[in-house]
Amino acid sequence: MTEKVTTLQKVEAGLARRHRKELIFKTTGMIATGIGVLFLAVFFYTLLIKGSSAFQQSYLLLDIEFSADVIAPGGQLDLEYADYDGIVRAALRKELPEVTDRSERRQLYRLVSVGAAYQVQDAIAAQPELLGETRAIWVPASANVDMLVKGNIDAAIDEELRTLSDQQIGWIERLDEAGRLDLKFNAALFSHGDSREPELAGIKGAMMGSFFMLIVTIALSFPIGVAAAIYLEEFAPRNRWSDLVEVNINNLAAVPSIVFGLLGLAVFINWMGLPRSAPLVGGLVLTLLTLPVIIIASRASIKAVPPSIREAALGLGASRMQVVFHHVLPLAMPGMLTGAIIGMSRALGESAPLLMIGMIAFIVDVPGSFADPSTALPVQIYLWADSPERAFAERTSAAIIVLLAFLLLMNLTAVIIRRRMERKW
Amino acid sequence: MVATLKNYRQRDTEMAANTENTAEKRRKAAVPDYHEQEIELGRETVGHVRCEEPFMVAENVNVHYGDNHAIRDVTLEIGKKEVVALIGPSGCGKSTFLRCLNRMNDSIESARVTGSITLDGADIYSKEQDPVALRARVGMVFQKPNPFPKSIYDNVAYGPRIHGLASDRAELDTIVHSSLERAGLLKEVKDRLDEPGTSLSGGQQQRLCIARTIAVNPEVILMDEPCSALDPIATARIEDLMDELCEDYAIVIVTHSMQQAARVSRRVAYFHLGYLVEVDDTDKVFTNPQHKLTEDYITGRIG
Repeated sequence: MTEKVTTLQKVEAGLARRHRKELIFKTTGMIATGIGVLFLAVFFYTLLIKGSSAFQQSYLLLDIEFSADVIAPGGQLDLEYADYDGIVRAALRKELPEVTDRSERRQLYRLVSVGAAYQVQDAIAAQPELLGETRAIWVPASANVDMLVKGNIDAAIDEELRTLSDQQIGWIERLDEAGRLDLKFNAALFSHGDSREPELAGIKGAMMGSFFMLIVTIALSFPIGVAAAIYLEEFAPRNRWSDLVEVNINNLAAVPSIVFGLLGLAVFINWMGLPRSAPLVGGLVLTLLTLPVIIIASRASIKAVPPSIREAALGLGASRMQVVFHHVLPLAMPGMLTGAIIGMSRALGESAPLLMIGMIAFIVDVPGSFADPSTALPVQIYLWADSPERAFAERTSAAIIVLLAFLLLMNLTAVIIRRRMERKW
Repeated sequence: MVATLKNYRQRDTEMAANTENTAEKRRKAAVPDYHEQEIELGRETVGHVRCEEPFMVAENVNVHYGDNHAIRDVTLEIGKKEVVALIGPSGCGKSTFLRCLNRMNDSIESARVTGSITLDGADIYSKEQDPVALRARVGMVFQKPNPFPKSIYDNVAYGPRIHGLASDRAELDTIVHSSLERAGLLKEVKDRLDEPGTSLSGGQQQRLCIARTIAVNPEVILMDEPCSALDPIATARIEDLMDELCEDYAIVIVTHSMQQAARVSRRVAYFHLGYLVEVDDTDKVFTNPQHKLTEDYITGRIG
């Protein structure tokens, strides 16, 4: 009886201490989570604030005269060498007729993007019947105008310190009052490749490059990874060699990604002679990078299939192949797919190995195949972040937003696949 | 690193869930005195290891798991159309012996089987014997009901499908229906054959597993404690089922319940520490055991 009382007393004596410890632990956990969430919130906030403006772009409405004298000097349409710049400039002069001085006019021409001439060229190429007509067309304004409109250039500071002169700002204000200047959706961001002119630079080239790379990566790493995982889990004898393979796969998963880039440079480009800067090589390098991840995830999901299912099938006389393909694989598939998608999203966000194989080059054309030179989204972000032009800052953020959107989409797919295919046993 | 390697091997251990490794340790701690006694009492199996119409014959079978000698010199005959119950304390080797009969121990790398086991005169451990073909003849029902996460129909149809037993869909339907009928499950699941097998109750799942086994039309059915996860009513149904099945099949059942052994079996084999201590007709073993260890076990002094 006395013993019972003492036990209770002992327990009660320690209770306060236990509760205190629990409270401290809980509070620490909450603080840690809070800090994490705070960082994430700040990150997303700055990214969205900075990047969202890049989805809009300033356009000028100009009355373009498709003058036959300029475009079709000999009665024949000259789509290549006609002076389209001149047409745009003439339209601009018409808007602000009082500007007559040569140097002032040169200042005026800087308000419109060099891309405007290409737009006029494209318009006449698409609709030859425009020849001789005059049409009002929205053409991209230069990046400096865009920055002023978006409030990134402070008109109050000393003229010397701005990229726009007082005079230019005055013209812009007049154009604005005349309804000739407007912010519109920045379609160029999604339909153009890279450019030195921020207002013409887009991420389509990088997106296509990343897309081709991921196609190569998934086509190679998923089948190879799953096959390796099945062999190692189900068929390989357990001995020193399989232990060695196991250790090495785990180590490979932790190898810095730039090392894979060097490997790709040495093997795929220098030795095998594959084209540099190509999504094919990028995909091969990313395959090496994601293979260990996929193998580890696939092995884990194969291991998670209950042994009782294997025994049931074996007991009925199924061969080992049949056990694997009829029972183990269907049950392990959600886990394998999840692993593959997570591997893919890692590959999508990878930039270091791509630098090694030349995917950092400045490439304007949108790649059309696996062998065309291209760049990738994360590398494009790096390139833009490195550019001095003010307008590239918001485009960097916009590209990051697009990349994050893709990553989120892929991870969401992984979650949905897992939910859909998960079976209870 | 060490942890990973441990994980790596974990499934091996799980696959050998019925092996003696862990049980052996427990046994060593719990009943050390019987170890002595067993040596004193000698190794000859008492009773009758032979039967009238032998179908499956194990001669001097020894099983090693690495250094662990799990089955020692076991000789036992299993007759056509009889139920033999294997009883004994945990870790005595009865499940190991059962798994030898359809070579389920093949999947455990450390397991080594010596001696001879013949099925209808043919050595099942010979090089020519394909374990796949063997398991089609010697079916197995496990301790925990383990239906595939597929429909009830597909569960039963799986065996016939992989062995190519049915030439068309109608024949397969017939096999599935008759197997479910014989397992006493057809009435309950007739209208929901496309529902997952895992949606059934525990007892129904185990009968589904039995239906799945008899769909392959085996000659011997091995049952490894088939009722240990079931309630008494489900157990009674499975026992009734065994009574019917033994008209067509030889059944070897491992059980921890002596009442069950007494109810369902014609002969009982008592295992102890890997030795087959006593084999005889069920009535004789339970009313008049010849061996001191058997007597101690059935009277509740071991186990």
